[in-house]
Amino acid sequence: MDNLLLMLAPLFSSKLLLVLFFGTLFGLILGVLPGLGPTTGGALILPFTMTLDPLSAIVLLTSIYCAGTYGGAITAVLINTPGTPAAAATCLDGYPLAQKGEAGRALGMATVSSTVGGIFSVVILVFFAPILAQLAYEFGQPEYFALAIFGLTMLASIGEGSPIKNLIAGAFGILISTVGKDFMTSIDRFTFGINELTEGIGFIPVVVGLFAMSEMLTQSTLINQIFNRIALKAIKLPSKDDYKKTWKTILRSSGIGSFIGVLPAEGGTVASLIGYSEAKRFSKNPEEFGKGSIEGIAGAEAANNAATGGAMVPTLALGIPGSATTAVILTGLIIHGVRPGPDLFREQPDFLYGIFGAMLIANILFFIFGFFGAKIFARITLVPNKILWPMIFAVSVCGTYSLNQSIIDVWIMLFFGVLGFFMRRYGFSVVPVIIGLILGELVEGTLRQSLVIFDGNWLMFFTRPIALTFFILSLIALAFPLIRSRKTKKK
Amino acid sequence: MKNVQKSKRANKSLPFFFKDEFKVSFVIIFVSVVLLITTFTFDIVPPILNRGIQPATFPKALLILIIAMTLIVYYLATKNPWKIEKKLPRSFFLTVFSFVLFVIVSKTLDFFLAISALSIFVAYYWGEKRLFYLLLVGIIFPIIVFVFFETILGLRFPPGIITNIYYS
Repeated sequence: MDNLLLMLAPLFSSKLLLVLFFGTLFGLILGVLPGLGPTTGGALILPFTMTLDPLSAIVLLTSIYCAGTYGGAITAVLINTPGTPAAAATCLDGYPLAQKGEAGRALGMATVSSTVGGIFSVVILVFFAPILAQLAYEFGQPEYFALAIFGLTMLASIGEGSPIKNLIAGAFGILISTVGKDFMTSIDRFTFGINELTEGIGFIPVVVGLFAMSEMLTQSTLINQIFNRIALKAIKLPSKDDYKKTWKTILRSSGIGSFIGVLPAEGGTVASLIGYSEAKRFSKNPEEFGKGSIEGIAGAEAANNAATGGAMVPTLALGIPGSATTAVILTGLIIHGVRPGPDLFREQPDFLYGIFGAMLIANILFFIFGFFGAKIFARITLVPNKILWPMIFAVSVCGTYSLNQSIIDVWIMLFFGVLGFFMRRYGFSVVPVIIGLILGELVEGTLRQSLVIFDGNWLMFFTRPIALTFFILSLIALAFPLIRSRKTKKK
Repeated sequence: MKNVQKSKRANKSLPFFFKDEFKVSFVIIFVSVVLLITTFTFDIVPPILNRGIQPATFPKALLILIIAMTLIVYYLATKNPWKIEKKLPRSFFLTVFSFVLFVIVSKTLDFFLAISALSIFVAYYWGEKRLFYLLLVGIIFPIIVFVFFETILGLRFPPGIITNIYYS
């Protein structure tokens, strides 16, 4: 009861409410802009938080985090470009639905499922944070390696391509993550003497290239086609039937997202991938996935926003960031003199529950902005391509450049744009590349560190129960699409 | 469905080196082999410092995996040919050309001039002939983007003809 009252504290402070309002709006705008996102936004605003007290500063950062994660879905639905990496899975069904002229329905579902996921994770946090933090303690390098492998096997059943093509694309993504200095030995790999590549290939140029630029090239092949988009339908919101169809998916993905978010370094992207994959697995209409399934949007969006709450657990309880954005929040905590760790729960509950309360309110605020704004945002799909895409190009180029202020990043983005176009043309989904890129560092890092721990003995992986469980799950995940395709053929 | 079957039949009649599945598999395997050869040029960590595996081992394993999976894809495609894709229209090549133009102009003249040039070029070739809209996408919108990133987010753009005038 005391904790609940502490959570409601931001509601009674006009200053905190103002900070929340601004943070949510700012996060939403950043999420919408391709290339920018809550991580970049949090990093940009970090210096400005020095003028605020610690609670206001962290409330500002967490509200940007929550709203920015949701905001990524808006561009994913409207222009096939995830505003944030966590919205990559939303593109798979959000964009096809928008192309059918039902952008409002897709956005409405993304908003509702994001809000439910976000609120669910905050409630979970309040009641289960100490237990979840304890569970995360059980994960060592071998367990993380097994978890990352499990995440990668999900690629076989995701995307519109064949399972084997998805795995090739995923392996290519992991290969991209090896570019630059080797993290253990500092030896250059695939840098070809280019200094800018020693730091590796950034995530943003690849994402913006593969999604936004490749879509621009796809649109360039369709300029003579006439699309019959019905203006009124584009702003129509989800129906009661849509909610009846998706409530189980939303709840399941909220649970998945909260759990995945707790695991350090996993974050919303993996959560949305698994949430989407599970939604497809449990769906009565899996064949609709990738063609504009409302369940696909709900599964991905509920999971990635649920991960925001989950990711705060290791950040606050262990001082280990659960995602890139929580790493920025962790920096904010440290520069404001707050020492994250298990003691924080005992010594500063008012501060901690104030943050949880702020996250709860931020979720409600972005619901209001998002749900009522969906009709306005959906109108973007009605702007002619010949005007829309040059504008998207300008924003994408500047967003990509803004990350490292490097023109090389912009060229990499354009290269991946052309590559992404040909990948899609020949049936290779671009989503596995992104997932491979995200998990690549984790896979290689945890594998090599585990081998150091095991003194090079590979068999030791199978002596760890949690790791073994994930390996078995990986085998099941790999076998599942093959069994399903055989069943479909038999039918 | 009929069209797909028709295009698949048409694909079957082509010599193997003209088929998309061969061309795509060849490009993937060729690039992978080149990268695999590159991995042999990576520095080798002396045994005393090497804990676990060599830095080249992981990329080598990945590239071998990619080559193996591509061979499987090609083998499967010989059983079930891919459908023939339509020829790419002129507008596609013009858009790719505009990317090249962007790289050249941003490198030699100015970043924002490059954005303006690409925006006007693409909008025009995609069918926008009205002057106001060309100005909107080519000049007004890039200025708004510049102001947002430069003033609000405090980003400094690379030097060039226009940005130098602004910064001076």
